[in-house]
Amino acid sequence: MKNFQLVRASTTASAVATIAKDPTARFIAGGTNLIDLMKKRVAEPDKLIDITGLDLKKIEQLDGKIRIGALAKNSHVAEDKLIIKKHPLLALALAAGASQQIRNMATVGGNMLQRTRCPYFYNTDMPCNKRQPGSGCGAREGFNRMHAIFGASDKCIAVHPSDMCIALAALDAVVHVEGPKGSRQIPFAGFHRLPGDMPEKDNTLEYNELITAIEIPDNDFNDNVHYLKVRDRSSYAFALVSVAAALDIKGGKVIDARLALGGVAHKPWRLLEAENDLKGKPATNENFKQAAQLAMQGAKGYGQNNFKLTLTPNSIVEALAIAASK
Amino acid sequence: MAIEDSNNTPEDNCNSRRDFLKKSGLITALAFTPPSLVAATDQKWEQRLAEYFETIPLSIEVNGKKHNLQVEPRTTLLDLLRENLQLTGTKKGCDHGQCGACTVHVDGSRVLSCLTLAAMQQNAHVTTIEGLSTGNKLHPMQEAFIKHDGFQCGYCTPGQIMSGVACIREGHANSREEISEYMSGNICRCGAYNNIVDAITEVEEGGKLS
Repeated sequence: MKNFQLVRASTTASAVATIAKDPTARFIAGGTNLIDLMKKRVAEPDKLIDITGLDLKKIEQLDGKIRIGALAKNSHVAEDKLIIKKHPLLALALAAGASQQIRNMATVGGNMLQRTRCPYFYNTDMPCNKRQPGSGCGAREGFNRMHAIFGASDKCIAVHPSDMCIALAALDAVVHVEGPKGSRQIPFAGFHRLPGDMPEKDNTLEYNELITAIEIPDNDFNDNVHYLKVRDRSSYAFALVSVAAALDIKGGKVIDARLALGGVAHKPWRLLEAENDLKGKPATNENFKQAAQLAMQGAKGYGQNNFKLTLTPNSIVEALAIAASK
Repeated sequence: MAIEDSNNTPEDNCNSRRDFLKKSGLITALAFTPPSLVAATDQKWEQRLAEYFETIPLSIEVNGKKHNLQVEPRTTLLDLLRENLQLTGTKKGCDHGQCGACTVHVDGSRVLSCLTLAAMQQNAHVTTIEGLSTGNKLHPMQEAFIKHDGFQCGYCTPGQIMSGVACIREGHANSREEISEYMSGNICRCGAYNNIVDAITEVEEGGKLS
């Protein structure tokens, strides 16, 4: 790893002011992704700003919403009584990600900013438009078994790797960020972006902004929720396809539904059309299949990942059926 | 990568801190100067200077022993333990957070030392495999691994044991399935998984861990 300067921020304002002066600097908290990228020389910052001393770790119930500090550890959130009770979908998604060691280190803010695990992005001998804009995409006609079937571009077919974010997308979370001009809020659907012509940009955060918290509005998805993660081994692997499913069922009928997919796109892939289709209908397998069919509109395989075109709708039906049976 | 102060006397520690401050004072002053004043300063020069000179004073407790060290920011906790403190029980497997061989406890929580920057562990309490036994008496988890043959080549074993102890303390050892799930961050290429789960189950059921 290239050596770098390490400074410690004592306040959010000083952290933001320090990075504003030095756009090549990076914030570091858990470091589980950044240090790996630095060892591989995919990231080579000259300065790291240690933000672990900031007071951003609390998980609290506010009026009509739960606020989770950006520095709350993934394991703390997954095992927090309030989260398990009010947002069990988030707890399930967090527990499905990484290993307990990594969850003990990784923070909520960092989880949102982790980079894709596309092997071409990690291998500096290979072309990758995300790592080195203009160098080409090795995956489109290469090893693309793990790659996107939705929303990809000529420039990039990488997928977003987080499980937590799939649940947060389904739960309509709001991201709170702090920058030199003050604070702003970003709805979760607008936080991560599709690759388009700028795959190097994973999200809409500015370089000089710091995530301070996420907020999840209260909802009625307390019981019938499931996070289904299909992967090459039963634990500690990235998703081939994952489904965050939440149903509000009353008298056998779906009152409200939330669905989002992981492992299939450059961002958490929310399925609004499928959700709307389920509303007002009985919670039956036939209706789940119809919703899954709607969800697959516009899906495209790139060869090795064609199996996802079948695995994805099957996983949606399975996740909805398990959620409904709880 | 890191230099341990020759003597751990308070005076020496002060000296080393003073030396550090002398070296880094300029850097720090520049880093926190308002942008208008920095404009005339060559930022690149500042950074090159920082990269060349900077080591950071680190006070860290490992297995009950306090160390006052000077570390480069890029030193991982794993390298600090193995290369500077000669605690080679903690293993470097993949060095990329994929295998769990480097698992240690930091302030009671199991983490991957290969993805942990030592300089960010100011005043932390670290426990490694060397810190589990009491004198010649093995820790119950170490005894259980021997009894149940929880290893073959042994390379992943220190990480497995540290993870197993934490798994019980966290309350995640209530069934074989739960143990497998919460031990999934520790890879064993010899495939001793069933015996590892046996060992952890026995320690959990024996209630031998406080």
